[in-house]
Amino acid sequence: MPELLLELFSEEIPARMQAKAADDLRRMVTDKLVAEGLVYEGAKAFATPRRLALTVHGIPARQPDLKTERRGPKVGAPDAAVQGFLKATGLKSLDEAKIQRDPKGDFYIGLIEKPGRDAIDVLAEILPVIIRTFPWPKSMRWGARSGKPGSLSWVRPLHAITATFGPETEEPDVVKFEVDGIATGQTTYGHRFMAPDAINVRRFEDYEAKLKAAKVILDPQARKDIIFADAKELTFAQGFELVEDQVLLDEVSGLVEWPVVMMGSFEEEYLAIPEEVIRATIRNNQKCFVVRDAKTGKLTNKFVLTANIEAADGGRVIVSGNERVIRPRLSDAKFFYETDLKTKLQDRLPKFEQIVFHEKLGTQAERIERLERLAAEIAPLVGADVAKATRAAHLAKADLLTEVVGEFPEVQGLMGKYYALAQGEDASVAAACEEHYKPQGPADRVPTEPVSVAVALADKIDTLVGFWAIDEKPTGSKDPYALRRAALGVIRLVLENQLKIEFNHIIRNAYRSMFAQMAGRPPVIEARKFTWKPEMMTLMSKIRVPRSLELEAMFAENIDKIIDDDALFTPEARKQRIDQEAMTKIREASRRHHYLRELRGLKEVSSELLAFFADRLKVQLREQGARHDLVDAVFALGGQDDLLMIVRRVEALGKFLETDDGKNLLAGIKRASNILGIEEKKDKRTFDGAPDAALYGLDEEKALAKAIGEVKAEASAAVAKEDFAAAMSAMAKLRPPVDAFFDKVRVNDDDPKVRENRLKLLNEIRSATRAVADFSKIQD
Amino acid sequence: MDASLPAHMRPERSFQGFILALQTFWAEQGCVILQPYDMEMGAGTFHPATTLRALGPKPWNAAYVQPSRRPKDGRYGENPNRMQHYYQFQVIMKPSPPNLQELYLKSLAAIGIDSAVHDIRFVEDDWESPTLGAWGLGWECWCDGMEVSQFTYFQQVAGFECAPVAGELTYGLERLAMYVQGVDRVYDLNFNGREGDQKVTYGDVFLQAEREYSKHNFEVADTAMLFEQFKMAEAACRKYLDAGWKDEKREAHLMALPAYDQCIKASHVFNLLDARGVISVTERQSYILRVRELAKACGEAWIHTEAGGAA
Repeated sequence: MPELLLELFSEEIPARMQAKAADDLRRMVTDKLVAEGLVYEGAKAFATPRRLALTVHGIPARQPDLKTERRGPKVGAPDAAVQGFLKATGLKSLDEAKIQRDPKGDFYIGLIEKPGRDAIDVLAEILPVIIRTFPWPKSMRWGARSGKPGSLSWVRPLHAITATFGPETEEPDVVKFEVDGIATGQTTYGHRFMAPDAINVRRFEDYEAKLKAAKVILDPQARKDIIFADAKELTFAQGFELVEDQVLLDEVSGLVEWPVVMMGSFEEEYLAIPEEVIRATIRNNQKCFVVRDAKTGKLTNKFVLTANIEAADGGRVIVSGNERVIRPRLSDAKFFYETDLKTKLQDRLPKFEQIVFHEKLGTQAERIERLERLAAEIAPLVGADVAKATRAAHLAKADLLTEVVGEFPEVQGLMGKYYALAQGEDASVAAACEEHYKPQGPADRVPTEPVSVAVALADKIDTLVGFWAIDEKPTGSKDPYALRRAALGVIRLVLENQLKIEFNHIIRNAYRSMFAQMAGRPPVIEARKFTWKPEMMTLMSKIRVPRSLELEAMFAENIDKIIDDDALFTPEARKQRIDQEAMTKIREASRRHHYLRELRGLKEVSSELLAFFADRLKVQLREQGARHDLVDAVFALGGQDDLLMIVRRVEALGKFLETDDGKNLLAGIKRASNILGIEEKKDKRTFDGAPDAALYGLDEEKALAKAIGEVKAEASAAVAKEDFAAAMSAMAKLRPPVDAFFDKVRVNDDDPKVRENRLKLLNEIRSATRAVADFSKIQD
Repeated sequence: MDASLPAHMRPERSFQGFILALQTFWAEQGCVILQPYDMEMGAGTFHPATTLRALGPKPWNAAYVQPSRRPKDGRYGENPNRMQHYYQFQVIMKPSPPNLQELYLKSLAAIGIDSAVHDIRFVEDDWESPTLGAWGLGWECWCDGMEVSQFTYFQQVAGFECAPVAGELTYGLERLAMYVQGVDRVYDLNFNGREGDQKVTYGDVFLQAEREYSKHNFEVADTAMLFEQFKMAEAACRKYLDAGWKDEKREAHLMALPAYDQCIKASHVFNLLDARGVISVTERQSYILRVRELAKACGEAWIHTEAGGAA
């Protein structure tokens, strides 16, 4: 069957866009083919810096004929309807229509046959549309045609389109179309420098081979394999080892059509720079690999570069040129590093007073102050030394102001560790400077050193509370402050270190620090510029003005009341007559409250943030294979802010539900809930409250009531001891009486009092089981 | 490379020969060879021959050397390749010709960079100038791992779509010449291609200037005056723009160039203030914005002039 070859030949495509572009091209063309009824056998797409290529084989030469039936008017319908039908179906007369009988009568049926078109014609129609609508992340216009509206946009100027179609055994045809003045053909070009001449190609097989002869390796994977194998061999031959780097390999393979791997070196003196800095310098600026000594595992003064040509001089000039570029770069890095070492981390901190962390959340200095306080509060909960945690929080961000981190942001934290060690900080403090950023993602390592854990938690919780307080929560795909990652980080820190932390309390403390800081900030509006206007009065009434005139003192003393229950901001404050002196104070207050106005209330922040944790936890647990409905069942209990306990509960619940007792009890509880739900709806009331023991008529009722009492007590005691397995076994005891109850007892008794009492008893089952989870949230 | 050139004129021997080779090459491609603009500016792109001429429908091919002033980059002559004054060689071709990449590679050959032994690469680089309200897509051009030029297809300038698109090439002359001459310190560049006591180096010409201007830019430049100059330039730019409209219909403008001079002036004054460290992080943004507003207004005026394509 015929195959398609498509090549889009352009100026250099950014390396980072190539893989996705190849994939998009394959997907768009094959989707469209299938939509056109052309089911193909296979497709493969490739990218080099200068071309996107696609081959699709096993495409039928023609679309299948399409036969559709169209129902027309009733037999005997008015002529207008008949004429319309004939026109729509293309029939000459009603004789060509069938008559079909159905319960509504006899109808004309027209058979429309749409003959399939040649696949090559279909391709000529769909390919230009795909090219015009190709989803490049960024595209551009160029050349004379860009003066006219509607000119083609491509990632970089597009020069030629090869498009052929035909069976393997014959000379294929060119799929004829034109995009923005570029007509399709069978001509492409080889390597920019080594074989720039035009090449005539027929189909994929000779296309790939001719390109190879013209010094172009079409398949990115093949280029990667060559670079990787050659780099390993080259380093191995000299007793070294390549430092593997997949991301760099991907990028480098997108910068060359004909990879030629070579090794260069730099002065040994630069090995005094931390290895990560050498690597960042060489990798980011020069896109070269670094090399380590196979025996010592330490970096050597070699690097591996990938050129795009086989140079006439064997690469001598290229290697020495790259060495000439790398040398001053390393020299800069060394200078930066040595300069950095001359300043103690703590001496850099005052500069943070000038650096805004976020317009509404204050400066970096304020943030560091909050981190110190929060880390100190968390420290005892995670077994960390308070003084060390405070010290670590104090220094952890300081490396952001160093020269090396300014140059290579990816070594932030790591440099903090080096500099902390160099100035004689405790090892745990130094470690925290690096590790408090962790975990950065689902695959990143979670720190275990208690000081690191304390600062890592403080860092993330302060961020989360801050952005929630100013209402900058993630929405949909937008999460510019990486808050989802921060929340997942908190969850992983807690679970993997088995930490018992009550988040309500921690969130509150984080919020409190922020609130107090904002209240204490200098006024934003200078007094002389501040004019009092009538409309400001209205505004003032909206911004909760404290009644007391001794604002400052009151504020400090009462901050807990303020953030907890708004006690100071009563409605009376607004009604109160305000004298001149009070006015002055209020002006002052309003300026302070300029910041506070931006903050949402603690209760809101706290409950939303816990719900966000729950969401993230669900995602996390689901990825680990746990059932998200069990997480819901536990969260539905409310007041759950201890992530570790939640997970333990979920685990115990999951295990319990795998047992027969668990399954049957769940069925029983569901049945109780269903009945209750129906009856509650019917009576438009709930059946809360204790049942009346005097109204029990049957043994099964009494047995159930007794069991509920026992189980409730036992389960609650077990939960209090955090022994969820025991709580579940207690639950299991409910199963026989529940089963017996449903077996023998008719809930909807004729006596309304008995009925009410039985419904109350059912309600009790529900409430008893709530000691461990809300079973109604569990799916069958 | 032209083999008939005398030794002291050859691009790998002399800095001025290097510049002349580039000029000759681009002259042969039909560019008008302009002389540097007579104002201080941060990059060759600021030259009205690029910023303004990139706008509007009329074809325009030009090449020129532009001294570039970056007050903050001064290092008192101590750094081997950072300076507050250096040369850019700028080429602009509108519309961008289909073979602009080939022309660029030929220009490298003309200054002695042979693509048979050098590894020349086009590495993604999106260009954006917040002060000019301009952006484009293109590459940094690498020679053996060193960035030697910027290659940009202008998409927008002064906030206006480029129609047609112009191609812009910027060569960092000192860096390229250092590579071709094989020296590691810019001040060691042979300027005139002569040897012995005839030889003049880049340092002979510019080292003292680097020291003096570094001192001026970082320590002494009169900030009160500069703040005043910024305001004056800004006000003058607005004034000339307002006064330049031919009539009430605002369909033809007669003073885009003098107004744009004031925009260039404001931009350079801002760079000086920035180097003096008297502009805070937040203010910085607003100054950039103010210059951009001027640039945009000048662009608007320009497209209503004859060269800007107004009917």
